[in-house]
Amino acid sequence: MAVTRNADAVAPVRRSSPLAIWFARHMGVAIGSLGRLVRHPLSSLMIVLVIAVTLALPAAVNLVVKNARSISGSWDNALDFSIFLKQETGEEAAAGLARLIEQRADVESVSFISATRALADFKELSGFGAALDRLPDNPLPHTLVVRPSAGNTSASLILLQEELGNLPETEYVQVDTEWVQRFHAILDIVRQAIAIGAALLGIAIVVIIGNTIRLDIENRRDEIEVTKLIGASNAFVRRPFLWTGFWYGLAGGLLALGLVYYGLFLLQGPVARLAGLYQANIAIASMSLEEAAAIIGVGVFLGLFGSWFTAARHMRRIEPR
Amino acid sequence: MIHLENVTKRFPGGQEALSGLSLSVDKGEMVFVTGHSGAGKSTLLRLIALIERPTNGHVVVDGQNTSRVKRRRIPAYRRQIGMVFQDHKLLYDRPVFDNVALPLVIAGVGHREAGRKVRAALDQVGLLHKEKQRPETLSAGEQQRVGIARAIVSRPKLLIADEPTGNLDPELSLEVMRIFRRFNEVGVTLLIASHDIALIDRLGCRRIALEDGRLQQVPEEEVDPWL
Repeated sequence: MAVTRNADAVAPVRRSSPLAIWFARHMGVAIGSLGRLVRHPLSSLMIVLVIAVTLALPAAVNLVVKNARSISGSWDNALDFSIFLKQETGEEAAAGLARLIEQRADVESVSFISATRALADFKELSGFGAALDRLPDNPLPHTLVVRPSAGNTSASLILLQEELGNLPETEYVQVDTEWVQRFHAILDIVRQAIAIGAALLGIAIVVIIGNTIRLDIENRRDEIEVTKLIGASNAFVRRPFLWTGFWYGLAGGLLALGLVYYGLFLLQGPVARLAGLYQANIAIASMSLEEAAAIIGVGVFLGLFGSWFTAARHMRRIEPR
Repeated sequence: MIHLENVTKRFPGGQEALSGLSLSVDKGEMVFVTGHSGAGKSTLLRLIALIERPTNGHVVVDGQNTSRVKRRRIPAYRRQIGMVFQDHKLLYDRPVFDNVALPLVIAGVGHREAGRKVRAALDQVGLLHKEKQRPETLSAGEQQRVGIARAIVSRPKLLIADEPTGNLDPELSLEVMRIFRRFNEVGVTLLIASHDIALIDRLGCRRIALEDGRLQQVPEEEVDPWL
């Protein structure tokens, strides 16, 4: 080694820094691998498409769940309580109670439905008009429909429900949250299912990329042998295949993003129409920047992992004969 | 430079390619290995290149005992040796320049320096004007010269060649040998397997004759360089 250094001192050669050389080498290999893929556009595109669809599927379902959650979440806070008052409560007292409850900070509005009006509505809507006329007196209580204000959390809603239930005039407080809770439970199951499905699809991507890289390695077997014969390390011959996997993953991730965004674009019209019908302000929640980055990141990771896994195994096996 | 001590190579079938072979090649020597096919010439070179390991005995190259070179260190070991093959072993998907540059790319030599060295190597084999051509457009002799340029581009101290003139006519063979001779004159040690005894005798180099994996006693007059 000392001899070489001496020789260099006599005839200095301008050398780039090792890091710059390393970087330049990697860039060269990266561009070379990309060029190889571009030269076979059809087969490359097929693989990229398979990866993209596999990535887009769980991403899209996840987006659906996310939207369902945010819509049902807004219902959650706008749940009305129905307070059925005790029979002996007079109409004046009931109306006064309504005004009292309305002044609470966690209540947005209270509408008072008197027993008389409730009976009239019921007669009209149920079709039991004649039968109800025969009743000696009105069996229905006065009802207060309480709409909590939007700032409530689920904990403060439970508290509000308790407090309203403890009022002396209250017979019974009815909150229709059960179906919302069931709906959330279903969404949770769907989320779990997506996680499991996504893991399986991830394995599928690793297998697809691994198989593609394996064929690539078989095709370039002679080249690998010759290169090893000249003194290339396993890392050196593996490098182009790792880059191939990286490009597949990156392209697959980007195309998956494109597919999801295109799907959102297609849904925009119908959703706007639906929102118009309900006179509601429904907009589809799109992917956050983190989610978009995660799709690309997962694509790249799976691409690298698939190619590394395959290349590491095969490179050791291919030795010069 | 090369020292074999009682080397035996037995293949899984039980067949012995080399049996207790001992030989030495000094630094700066140009030595030919001759013998019929199956005599063990190729096996000898493969042991030196660490493509195979001996069943018994030691192979010492430039002071390194090859049996102590770990699997992971084999690539670095091979980079110290230039190798020329009968079938050239060029990569046909890239031009001559890239083929010759391959050892430098593997060694991580910078772009500019590599370019300079590749041109110097191509100049030495007289193919500087063909650097952009693809190997398949070249004649067999030219392809072999590209192979030689690749073997010497990183200036190894030792060059081994397995039947480098096996596919060439006498005139081209002589030219390849002249190129080898020039390297030898600047201090490169060469070990060349060949069966072209007439050609070897014209060059007047030492000859190691193998027969059934052993040294064959060469009659004294046959190694006379003046003949």
